[in-house]
Amino acid sequence: MRRFPQYVALAAYVVFLAFPLLWLLSTALKTPQEMALADPTWIPREPTLANFADAFGEQDLVGAAVRSLGVALAASLITVVISLPAAYAMARYRGLVNKIAIGWVLVSQVFPFILIIIPLFMILRDLDLVNTLPGLVVVHVTFTLPFALWMLQGYVRAVPPELEEAAAVDGATRLRSIASVVAPLLAPGVVATLLFAFISSWNEFMFALVILQNPDVMTLPLTLVRFTGPEGVARLGPLAAASLMATIPSLIFFAIIQRRLKSGLMAGAVKG
Amino acid sequence: MRIKSALAAAAIVALAGACGSGGGDGGSSSSSSSGEPVKINFLSLAWQKESVAANKQIVDEWNKANPNIQVTYVQGSWDNVNDQLVTQFAGGTAPDVIHNDSPALSGFATDGYLLDLKDKLPAELKSDIPQSAWDTVTFGDGKGGQGVYGVPFLQESQVIIANKKLLDAAKVRIPTPDNPWTWDEFSAAAKKMTKDGTFGVAWAMKSPVNKTLNLALNFGGTFFQTADGKTTVKVGPEEREVLQRIHDQLYTDKSADPAALGQGTADPLPAFYKGKFAMLPAGVFLRQQVAEQAPDGFEWVTLPGPKGTSAQQGAVSQTLSIAQDSKHPDEAMKFIAYFLNGANQAKLAKGDWLLPTSQQAAADPAMTTQENGWDVATASAKNLVVAPFLKVNGFDEWKTKVATPVLQEYFANKITIDEAAKRLVDEGNKVLERYQR
Repeated sequence: MRRFPQYVALAAYVVFLAFPLLWLLSTALKTPQEMALADPTWIPREPTLANFADAFGEQDLVGAAVRSLGVALAASLITVVISLPAAYAMARYRGLVNKIAIGWVLVSQVFPFILIIIPLFMILRDLDLVNTLPGLVVVHVTFTLPFALWMLQGYVRAVPPELEEAAAVDGATRLRSIASVVAPLLAPGVVATLLFAFISSWNEFMFALVILQNPDVMTLPLTLVRFTGPEGVARLGPLAAASLMATIPSLIFFAIIQRRLKSGLMAGAVKG
Repeated sequence: MRIKSALAAAAIVALAGACGSGGGDGGSSSSSSSGEPVKINFLSLAWQKESVAANKQIVDEWNKANPNIQVTYVQGSWDNVNDQLVTQFAGGTAPDVIHNDSPALSGFATDGYLLDLKDKLPAELKSDIPQSAWDTVTFGDGKGGQGVYGVPFLQESQVIIANKKLLDAAKVRIPTPDNPWTWDEFSAAAKKMTKDGTFGVAWAMKSPVNKTLNLALNFGGTFFQTADGKTTVKVGPEEREVLQRIHDQLYTDKSADPAALGQGTADPLPAFYKGKFAMLPAGVFLRQQVAEQAPDGFEWVTLPGPKGTSAQQGAVSQTLSIAQDSKHPDEAMKFIAYFLNGANQAKLAKGDWLLPTSQQAAADPAMTTQENGWDVATASAKNLVVAPFLKVNGFDEWKTKVATPVLQEYFANKITIDEAAKRLVDEGNKVLERYQR
């Protein structure tokens, strides 16, 4: 009974978090007339699947989702693979080069996006990567990498160096101590970074807009924006239906990976 | 471990998928000389269901009839098209045929990114579209000359969408295209309909510049003047007239719903259906949403825009242009001429609920039917003249950084019209100066 207020607060928070999803669901099932009511309803009076039919009939949503998933998975994995050793080095080795590197990572975050898009586009064009999904993966890795590096080096710092020293005393090589002691403790951080990189890539719109012209390679955000018009006017029904479907792959990815986020927290911390 | 395996497998699949499906040069890579069909990319900004269907249908018909010139339909978005084009122009990979609106063409033309079409236009297409529409796409070429940088095909005018029951109950004269309301009559009608919690009119002013500047031409308000080759902002009596009249409806007559002020074009519609106000001044395209969303039994009519010293309004055209870097400009022009013939323009106009520039299309019975106010909308096209401000280099920045916030403050009654005028001129001239060095 003492916990009742906590449960109420938790339930309220969950409802608050779920609000956009519930609103999407409600809107996706409404008729145009019901969507335009001055007093909006939560539960559609005359639920309809016409918005889903329109969304899927007009656009290749499934194909776009598959392409987005491929790009996001590839970009997030490459980001983590590249940033992990660099983050370890940044966290463990102190010196002038290290300080400059950390400073550069921070500075790279303050460049306005529009400043880099044209030169980046030129480079991709010269590499014949414009209008290709590998080109988009390269770009996503490029803009996700600095923050991922920053995140990961924080996680590495949180692992006490004494654990590695203890492993060394027991005769473990550096590689062995990294693999057996540091890696398990880093797992939640790696998963969190992977999620961050995945979300960044999954939602990314502007680079995709500029790089991809061929309708056969367009990703999900480019497909969703096709339901919007000038001056913020949108075809709300099909847009809500398409957006709802667009959340499903990322929800599945989260469901798979979130258990790892919890389970690795203290694994390997106790020296046996 | 299973997770690791799954992630590794996913990575391999993702990379393979990304690499495998990424191929394909959407650009125009082959030419008819090699025996391969010429490939043209067409960036379209159509977004309404009927409009997208009409675009795709016309492209399909073209592709069937022209196996040697194959057009790829690429759907873009109004919100981001200019960011997209800036990069693609700079990289030399812009689509061959580009859908946009006339205000955006001026800068691209000056920078040399668009092809001058004046010597390429087929005679039939040229004569089917009136000169007033061609004026909206005629700009300086950045080298002292003038060029035609697009084919104008759809235009928007301002009309008044009204609740018929409230209009009838107020017993006001119903305006017609031949005999529109004067602004005084419009204000009187709005006052008469303001009662029992209902306002006469709602001005959605989230983006106030296009609406007010286009209507300002009713009184000859141009907002810019050019003397000795130098353009400056001007806010004199002509420019103030429409601004003041809208402000008076809001704060003197109290016949305009203040709740609509911060709203976008379509946002007041739910309150409109509920009878919270009687009239909604808006672009002709908004009729589509009213026709689709209005509750059963809701009667609405389209009224012509009010008249000042004239009924003139500023014209903005939707356009098709050809990229300067297109490898197949002649084929692109042939496609445009087909895409925008009279019959096709009528389809496109119906799909977008806008006005065709083609005189042949405007004569289509579907464009002059009373249903959904097409007769009034089409008749309003005769009042469209090229808005002088759209030819001003730097207008876009003035609009965004100066005019939008100043007009929003004025309509919110936070500043007087004198303060608004002073800021529009002083801050505006500083912006324009940078473009005229």
